[in-house]
Amino acid sequence: MKKNNGFSVLMNGIIKENPVFVLILGTCPTLATTTNVFGAFGMGISTLIVLICSNILISLLRKVIPDNVRIPCYIVIIAGFVTIVQMVVHAFFPALYDMLGVYLALIVVNCIILGRAEMFASKNSVGRSALDGLGMGIGFTLALCSIAVIREVLGAASFAGIAIPFLADYKIDFLVKAPGGMVVYGLLIALVSALTFGKSPKKKEFSCAGCPGAKLCGSAACHGEKHEEKEEK
Amino acid sequence: MDNMLHVSSSPHIHSGKTTQSIMRDVLIALLPATVAGTVIFGWRSLLVVAVCVASCILLEALFNLITKKEQTVGDLSAAVTGLLLGLNLPVNIPIWQCVIGCIFAILLVKCLFGGIGNNLVNPAITARVFMLVSFGSMAVQATPTIVDTVSGATPLVEIANGNSPSLTDLFLGTTGGAIGETCALALLIGFAYLLIRRVITWHIPVSFVGSVFLLSFFMEGFDFSAALSLILSGGLLIGAIFMATDYVTSPSTSAGKLIFGLGAGLLTFVIRYFSVYPEGVSFAILFMNILNPYIEKLTARKIFGGPRA
Repeated sequence: MKKNNGFSVLMNGIIKENPVFVLILGTCPTLATTTNVFGAFGMGISTLIVLICSNILISLLRKVIPDNVRIPCYIVIIAGFVTIVQMVVHAFFPALYDMLGVYLALIVVNCIILGRAEMFASKNSVGRSALDGLGMGIGFTLALCSIAVIREVLGAASFAGIAIPFLADYKIDFLVKAPGGMVVYGLLIALVSALTFGKSPKKKEFSCAGCPGAKLCGSAACHGEKHEEKEEK
Repeated sequence: MDNMLHVSSSPHIHSGKTTQSIMRDVLIALLPATVAGTVIFGWRSLLVVAVCVASCILLEALFNLITKKEQTVGDLSAAVTGLLLGLNLPVNIPIWQCVIGCIFAILLVKCLFGGIGNNLVNPAITARVFMLVSFGSMAVQATPTIVDTVSGATPLVEIANGNSPSLTDLFLGTTGGAIGETCALALLIGFAYLLIRRVITWHIPVSFVGSVFLLSFFMEGFDFSAALSLILSGGLLIGAIFMATDYVTSPSTSAGKLIFGLGAGLLTFVIRYFSVYPEGVSFAILFMNILNPYIEKLTARKIFGGPRA
C-alpha cells in the first residue's frame, strides 16, 4: 500500500478501506437512513462535510492537543462542525432535516469521523487529512446510496421519493424494515469482500501497533506494549 | 465380497439411511397434507406447491452450478424446503411472491451459509416469516372451497373474536388457513409415518404441542375443548411435526429436544396471547433455531470415562 501518493489516500477510502463495507464503521446511520435514497445521500454528504472539516482542523491542531485529553478535544471539534451542518440543513433543506431527525445530530458520535481523526488526521499532514476525509466521505456516501437504492426501489417501489409505477405491485416490504436493512447490508459486505478478495487491508495493519486504544486495552495481545510503556516511565 | 474386510474408524454399523432416503420419507409424510390441501382449497394450491418445489430445486441447482460447488439437489432437501414452504402459504398468494420466498429460503438462508447442514435456521420457516413481514397477501387467509363458509378469518382470529369453529372442522381442516396447515388428520398421519420410519423422535413435537396445550388449558380457565381447538388451529401441528424437527437446526440429544420443544411451545403461547400477531409458531421455531447451538452445548453428552462436565 503506497501511503505517499495523495491519490491513493483518496481512493483508499472509496474502495479498499470503504468505511461501511470494509471497516464496518458507522453501522447505525447506515441501517437507519437507507430506506430512502434522498435521505441516504443527504446523510452521506452531511457526514462528508463534517469529516473533511474535522480532519483538517484536527490535523492542524495535532501538535497542540495534549495526548491525554485528545478524545474530548476531537469530540468538541466534531460537535462544532455537526452543529453548523445541522443548522444549515435545517435552514435550507427542511425536508431532509425532518427525514434524518436525530441521526443528523448523531453524526457527532459517528465512529467513522472519530476513527479517522484518531487514526489518520492526528498523524498526517493537513492536505493528506483533507483528502482522506474526502475519500472516506465519498466512500460512505456511495455505500449508503447503494444500500438505499436496493432497499427503496425493491422495498418501496420508488426512487428518492418518486414512485416507480410498474414496480408498485411488486413491493417487498421486508427490505424497508430493519431486518431487511441488515440483510442487504450483509449481502453487500459479502459482495465487496468477494470482489476485493486479497486486496482488502491485511489484519496486521489493524494490529495493536495501529490501534489507538492500545495503551488502555486489557487484551492479552496488547500487554507487551503496555508493559514496555511502564518500564519507560 | 471385496468389502468383507473393511477397516475404518467408528461408526462401524451403518443404518443404511442417507440424506436422500430421509428426505424422501419426509416428502412422503407430507403427501397427505398436500392432498388434503388440494381437496380443501382447490387446484390452485397444487400450483402454488409445485411452483415452490420447482423453484427451490432450480435455484439450488443453479447456485451450485454457478459457484462450482458439488451438486446437492439429488439429496431432495431443496424439494422438502419447497414443499414445506408451499404448504405454509395461503392458496391465493401471487405466484411471484412464492418465487421470491423460495429465493430467500434457498439462496439466502441455505446456500449462502454453505448449503445443507450449514444453515443456521430452517429455510422454510425463515422464508415464511420473511413473507409474513413482506407481503400483505400472507395475512389474507383463504377459505375452503368444499364447504359453504362466509368467514375468511383463520380459526385463531375467530377464537380471538369469541366464535370458535367446531373441533371436527379443525380436525379435518375445513377452516381458513395456509394450504397444508389446516388438516390435522393428514398431518398426524404424516407424523405417524415419520415415527414408524424412525425419521424423527417424538420429543420435539410432543413437548412443543404439549406445552402449548397445557399453557392454553390454564389460560382458557381449564376448558379442555378450547385448549384442544387451540392446538389444532394455526400452523402449530405442521410446525411442530415437520419444521421444528429439522435435523440441522434442532438439538441432537433427547434432553435438548425436550428443551427445544418446551421453549418453542412457551414462545408460541406468549406470542399468541400477548402480541399483535395471531400466530406465533413460525417466530417461535425461528427463535429456537437461533438458540439451538446453546441448547446443544448445554445438553452435550458426557464422554464415557472422560472428565466430569
